[in-house]
Amino acid sequence: MLAHAIIFYFFSFVAIASSLMVISSKNTVHAVFFLILDFVSIACLFIMLGAEFLGMITLIVYVGAVAVLFLFVVMMINVDFSELKTGFLEYMPFGLLVGLVILLELAMMIGTWKYKPDFINAKSATTTAVSNTESLGLVIYTDYIYFFQLSGFILLVAMIGAIVLTFRRKDSLRRQDISIQVSREREDSVELKEVPNFKGVKIND
Amino acid sequence: MIDIGLTHYLFLAAIIFTIGVIGIFLNKKNVIVILMSVELILIAVNINLVSFSVYLNDIVGQVFTMFVLTVAAAEAAIGLAILVVFFRNKGTIHVEDINSLKG
Repeated sequence: MLAHAIIFYFFSFVAIASSLMVISSKNTVHAVFFLILDFVSIACLFIMLGAEFLGMITLIVYVGAVAVLFLFVVMMINVDFSELKTGFLEYMPFGLLVGLVILLELAMMIGTWKYKPDFINAKSATTTAVSNTESLGLVIYTDYIYFFQLSGFILLVAMIGAIVLTFRRKDSLRRQDISIQVSREREDSVELKEVPNFKGVKIND
Repeated sequence: MIDIGLTHYLFLAAIIFTIGVIGIFLNKKNVIVILMSVELILIAVNINLVSFSVYLNDIVGQVFTMFVLTVAAAEAAIGLAILVVFFRNKGTIHVEDINSLKG
């Protein structure tokens, strides 16, 4: 139990410290790296809770896809990021006030809240006989198949949207146009000339 | 203190959520950090869902976490695509310059 507590406090300390660094570091590349550290420590917390599958999925999706996407965009955009940091203190009192109020409200809610024991849905309760991944798979492809398909559609829409938004047609590139190719007539491109003997013909081009 | 319960995870999620909200307020100029703060908020919600799912012994919370993950990934992709297009057109990512709609 003591080891569990020590590991929990370690990972939550790393998570909180790195998320503080995300919002306060001057260099945006550093912020992205602290975001990766944050995601990794939260994935470790998920695995510690017993949700191994979600921990691994968090690692793959957040660290492998989202954080790398952020990193690519930060590198692609040529902006002086330190200049963007000016005015950081300007919003500090207001931001801290709102944050403090939200934290206070959440703390009051968590501190005084009790849940009804019969609220537990026994139908989809996890059993210890199957692993976390297996019990998730038993539910997600049967009871939640429509939601699963819908999340796939969300990803499809996001993919198409990102491609359409960032696609840029270059005019300097020579592209093949089949309809122009097949609708060409012989008269458009071939010209027969009557060539007199020993004179040759003058081609004007 | 030693006995880690549901409340500890809820407090952790609350702290990370609050840090995300403060990050949106503090970085009013840098859109990328605002998007990262949104990711922080979403992962705080994920911590809440997973910890409730484990402590109520109900797998549905983890199913919902997967959907939140999907939406977060889609949101990051679209947001960064919009950011890249905006930078290409305007040459800046200042939030104050994004006022073409006069909202």
